[in-house]
Amino acid sequence: MSQTVAAEGHPKDDEVEGGKTLNYWNAKKGILSWLLTVDHKRIGIMYLFSVLTAFLAGGIFALLLRLKLLTGHDNLVTAPQYNKLFTLHGAMMVFLFIIPAIPGSIANFMLPIMLGAKDVAFPKLNLMSLYVYWTGALMALVAIVFGQIDTGWTFYTPYSASGSGPVILMTLAVFILGFSSILTGLNFIVTIHKMRAPGMTWYRLPLFLWATYATSLVQVLATPVLAITLLLLALESGFSVGIFDPKLGGDPVLFQHFFWFYSHPAVYIMILPGMGIMSELIAVHARRKLFGYKAVAFSSIGIALIGFLVWGHHMFISGQSEIATTVFSFLTFLVAIPSGIKVFNWVATLWGGSIAFTTPMLYALSFLFLFTIGGLTGVYLGMLNVDIHLTDTYFVVAHFHYVMMGGTVMAFVGGLHHWWPKMTGRMYNERLGAIGCALVFIGFNMTFFTQFILGSRGMPRRYYNYLDQFQPLHAFSTYGSWVIGLGFFLTLGYLLHSLKYGAKAPRNPWGGKSLEWLTESPPITENFHDTPVVTSGPYDFMGDEHGITPALQHHPKDDPSHTPAYDPGHHDPAAKTEEKS
Amino acid sequence: MSADAHAASPAVDDEGRPLSPQYHVAHHFDNADHQFQANKLGIWLFLAQEIMFFSGLFCAFILFRAKYYDAFVEAHHHLDKVMGGINTIVLICSSLTMALGVRAAQTNKRKLGVAMLVMTFLFAATFLVIKYFEYHHKFHDGLLPGRHFTAEGFVHPEANIFFGIYFVMTGVHGVHVIVGMALILWITVKMYRGRFSSRYYAPVEGVGLYWHLVDLIWIYLFPLLYLIG
Repeated sequence: MSQTVAAEGHPKDDEVEGGKTLNYWNAKKGILSWLLTVDHKRIGIMYLFSVLTAFLAGGIFALLLRLKLLTGHDNLVTAPQYNKLFTLHGAMMVFLFIIPAIPGSIANFMLPIMLGAKDVAFPKLNLMSLYVYWTGALMALVAIVFGQIDTGWTFYTPYSASGSGPVILMTLAVFILGFSSILTGLNFIVTIHKMRAPGMTWYRLPLFLWATYATSLVQVLATPVLAITLLLLALESGFSVGIFDPKLGGDPVLFQHFFWFYSHPAVYIMILPGMGIMSELIAVHARRKLFGYKAVAFSSIGIALIGFLVWGHHMFISGQSEIATTVFSFLTFLVAIPSGIKVFNWVATLWGGSIAFTTPMLYALSFLFLFTIGGLTGVYLGMLNVDIHLTDTYFVVAHFHYVMMGGTVMAFVGGLHHWWPKMTGRMYNERLGAIGCALVFIGFNMTFFTQFILGSRGMPRRYYNYLDQFQPLHAFSTYGSWVIGLGFFLTLGYLLHSLKYGAKAPRNPWGGKSLEWLTESPPITENFHDTPVVTSGPYDFMGDEHGITPALQHHPKDDPSHTPAYDPGHHDPAAKTEEKS
Repeated sequence: MSADAHAASPAVDDEGRPLSPQYHVAHHFDNADHQFQANKLGIWLFLAQEIMFFSGLFCAFILFRAKYYDAFVEAHHHLDKVMGGINTIVLICSSLTMALGVRAAQTNKRKLGVAMLVMTFLFAATFLVIKYFEYHHKFHDGLLPGRHFTAEGFVHPEANIFFGIYFVMTGVHGVHVIVGMALILWITVKMYRGRFSSRYYAPVEGVGLYWHLVDLIWIYLFPLLYLIG
């Protein structure tokens, strides 16, 4: 391990209580010790539990939707129920799952450890953001159970402002969820600026943290615009203030501008952390220094910045001026460049790497494949003439599922496997992991590639019934959704099983170089016994057979990367340091 | 100050003893200065977030002002420029007393600090009282947003949009004033109890920055709403 503990004191012996090693899981007991904790790791675990619950609920809604669409006739649910279902699926997946998923759970857990810090800058604020999230989720739940919300997750006016109570409640729920997101982003920006361990320069940050930083910028600067938009919408529904109401002289398209000013950057809130996880998975499981570190780091910032300027591409047919649509179309092409830079750098990293086909790597490879398709179809949709044909068809649905699910969810689940040993102290079953990943990958392509074809042939999105000619493709898509469901339930099963029966995880099962692999699995409450001093970059798999120039003059024998990559037990760098000192 | 420089400055002296009691320094910070810098960055980010929040309203204002310029000119004559002007002066004074309060905390002048914060609080209350009378007048005349607009004798029917914008902007600002008053009350009590000194005044400074922003937003709102055309 090149990132050594250079503190004078010896690493203390693990504090032992009744023969048990103390870690953040067992340091304190009782439900209140979780609910009132300010430990970022426990908050991360609670976030993980919450977002996975939302994912399960949203997923069940999706399975129901697909089940209905098996035929183009009335079945299973009525048309109003169908409208409600797709609204719930969209709103839950977007606001309760995918936006907080990676920042709330994995980044919350890993960010301070990767920085070499004891906690995030504002631990109480961190806990507060979780409670704010729960409040918003509860309000959304009440709105869902008691109300008829069928606006779609975009809440377009004037329909959404036509004055129904549950829509106001749902709007306020999303408003509150937005504040949870802002607080998390604010916390992470300050943490990355101020809490880095000695020697942890910006260019030694793992790329996951660069991506998290870029995400946080978008969270802090874009989410407030959603907040004011939703507040205006709630006031519009409740008091008819007229701002979005064309009958009173207001402007409903203004709502769309406001909404997408947030919600387009929001798709980067969703995908950027996934891209960050990708960089970790690719580098660690191919055991190769990430190609083009700075290019990948700055492309994250680039995506965050350009992402603010492309919202108009959601409104090509909403009556924008021609000059506006042209400019937005051009800027949309521009935002594809940094994403392309990332994809090429990941592929270049794989080239010549010693790729271990672990579950995280399989998810990373799936991401590469699916995100590339999702990204390229995004370029189609950015083209004005093509977009007018494809607007509001299944092609759009397939595109964003390829990016959001094929991208973010794949990276999230891959990252969950990558850090599962660190978070829980247990190894999952590698073979079942591979099977689960294969099922999800195959099912995903069955479900959504079909929808590209459906969309290009004119199947409009959000329709309850459809023409008979689309039936075979719709049926195939539905079968695919079952395969995805099977894959995820299998994954859930073996992950839960591993909590009790999994093999004990070593400190560094993958031979990673970033700081989280320096500490125990699971980490102690304070993360490190002594503040680590960082002396090299996060991907310096130096002196190995790939001819990467060593960044640090270590004796090669000291370097655990000489041992095979997939060999638990030989990657205990702190133990090595102990031997030396 | 960079994080590296912070990390270089130890929280303990060379014998391992704490430099002096630092009860307010949380365990994950190296020292009081480290914590202060982090808090300050957090506050500034929060203010950036606030500006983006209000920017949506300003954007809507610009749009409708351009679209319904004549209606806006006509409607804005129904606002009370004198009351608005007095409120502007009141808020500027409150910013001054707030700045003096922060300075008093930094220089260990507890009594002066408490006096300044109390004055800031009173200015804020004055602002709200004046705002109440303005609102009351509008309600009485039926100068209300959107569908509730019942005032008569307007040439341009879009005046309701002006009052929609007016009430939302000043209302959201008013909520920020109320939150600011609660925060001022909180730090006043803490300062009265002697919790702040030149070694620890981050909350005073944070609330101060927030209050200046609330003041600044009003300074934009006043000419935009009261002095059109």
